[in-house]
Amino acid sequence: MAAIETTSSAKPGAAARPNWLMRDLLGLAVILAVAAIGYFLFPNNLALLTRILGVALLVLSIDLVTGFCGVATLGHAALFGAGAYASGIAAVHFGITDPLLMVVVGAFGGAVAGVVSGAVILRGHGLAQLVLSIAVVHLFHEAANKASAYTGGSDGLSGIAPDPVFGLFAFDLWGRTAYGFAVALVVIAFVVLRLITRSPFGMLCRGIKEDPIRIRAMGASVQGTLLKMYVISGAVAGVGGALNAISTQVVGLDSLSFTLSAEALVMLVLGGTGSLYGALIGTVSFMWFEDFVSAANPFHWLTIVGALLIAVVLFAPRGLYGTALALVDRFRRTGK
Amino acid sequence: MPDASGLLLDHTMQTVLSVGIDALAYGMVLFVISIGLSVTMGLMRVVNLAHGAFAMIGGYIASYATQTLGLGYGVAILAAVVGTIIIAVPVERFLYRRIYGAPELTQVLMTIGITFCVIGIANYVFGPTLKTIPLPEALRGPVDLGFRSIAAHKLFAIACGVAVAGALWYLIERTSFGVKLRASVDNAAMAASLGVRTRIVYAVSFAVAVGLAAFGGIVGAELLPIEPYYALRYMVTFLVVVSVGGAGSIPGALLACLLLGAIDTTGRYLLPEYGEFFFYLAVIAIVCVFPRGLLGRRS
Repeated sequence: MAAIETTSSAKPGAAARPNWLMRDLLGLAVILAVAAIGYFLFPNNLALLTRILGVALLVLSIDLVTGFCGVATLGHAALFGAGAYASGIAAVHFGITDPLLMVVVGAFGGAVAGVVSGAVILRGHGLAQLVLSIAVVHLFHEAANKASAYTGGSDGLSGIAPDPVFGLFAFDLWGRTAYGFAVALVVIAFVVLRLITRSPFGMLCRGIKEDPIRIRAMGASVQGTLLKMYVISGAVAGVGGALNAISTQVVGLDSLSFTLSAEALVMLVLGGTGSLYGALIGTVSFMWFEDFVSAANPFHWLTIVGALLIAVVLFAPRGLYGTALALVDRFRRTGK
Repeated sequence: MPDASGLLLDHTMQTVLSVGIDALAYGMVLFVISIGLSVTMGLMRVVNLAHGAFAMIGGYIASYATQTLGLGYGVAILAAVVGTIIIAVPVERFLYRRIYGAPELTQVLMTIGITFCVIGIANYVFGPTLKTIPLPEALRGPVDLGFRSIAAHKLFAIACGVAVAGALWYLIERTSFGVKLRASVDNAAMAASLGVRTRIVYAVSFAVAVGLAAFGGIVGAELLPIEPYYALRYMVTFLVVVSVGGAGSIPGALLACLLLGAIDTTGRYLLPEYGEFFFYLAVIAIVCVFPRGLLGRRS
């Protein structure tokens, strides 16, 4: 992997750029093709596919802070849930039922939650950071439980009735509109994040992950940059939460849970950190596997998921995507 | 109105006392379970999310020994501690040894995987229901302390916590194994080059940690009931205790357990509708002020 990048960046810039562009367009085409295949293969299971896409946005947003900035967090569902509750409350209590506006409200809610939790989590390192993130998600959870006048408490927030998208496509029982809406959101988020991670700002974040002291010596603000990334990450997670609220028309306390945070982190590490493709691959494979195994054998599914995680650590420590890349790289080198 | 205010005062005293006893018992149970985690995290620098799973295994073995095999309480404790260590040693040898020195994310993934496996297996073997460990006659009733009577099992939990703290203090401060352990915590590479066989120190302290976790799981079964999701439910609590106290510090862990036990129990008595809100608020405040824990060493 590293070898490929150094050779391509050694070439003149004009030659390197189309190479990147081609790769990104190819990746986008693959994502759209997989989405279309999912639609035609599982027409009766579109609700699951939509749920996967919502969680994929959460995993992408964790990748932004964990994979690109090196911040370990077990509390990222706080941002996801904040987005879900923000758009749900906007729809139920304030009559904002246009799905696009709900998504904007969700992104805003997630971004605000990103500022709050980023300000807390970035104060610690290592174990302290993990514990702070866990405490933050529990704090959000208890606060949502207590504010039951707005959130519905442990009963969940129900009665969300989104309008048709653009006034044309109503949300149907089959979940076709919801699925199309979800694919569109994920593709837009993917393109935007691709641009952000390729930007000088994205490079600065990678630099902080590698060596924060050196970045500080260069004159850049480490905490400020990380907090900015946290806000972006919060907006992405908030969009995921809003998507979940729109497609299921209910928001439950489980969207703010430690379990969801931990599962999402597991999906990211499974796919491979520091790569947007890894985040998507990890989400799809974990959730599909979980659904498949729990349907096939409800007694053993947790054992099998656990065994899968152990196997990944032992045999594919860089995640599915990272290990596949390394294999391709080795194959190419021996081929030459 | 001297009588009314006297009654009120008496009532307040009663509440304070019962909250105090409950907090002490809860804190001591937390201490017995999480002290092993604190030592191993200070020593091996592994974020071990599976520690609660070993406490749960201990509880299940004790429950099986008393309920099905009809053994006595003391024998069951011994069997559970030994059984859990026997299960844990190969896990250390084949799984944990791979992740010493690995990035935190890898450690989190591996230990969550182990936790999931243990939950799934416990669910399959023992079923999803709550398991009880019947207390012996002596621990069942209340004990009259003269001014007040207290549930005997809570006193027993407090006594166990004190005993464990004392024994660990002796082991670490006064024995040659303790010297090697402290040397490895401070600087593993230097200790190894001076002839300390750090792998054996790691393995022994892991076994001791797991044994203590099993012991705490049994002693605390009245407060933290044994069921398959025990490992996941209390995983966070144990990790929080270690982080607040400072990894590797026994007095720190003791202080953290007493403090967090007091905050949690007081919150449950006085503001039950807020759940664990104030517990986690306190955790954030403490960790922000003391990023290395209350008594953690600077590294």
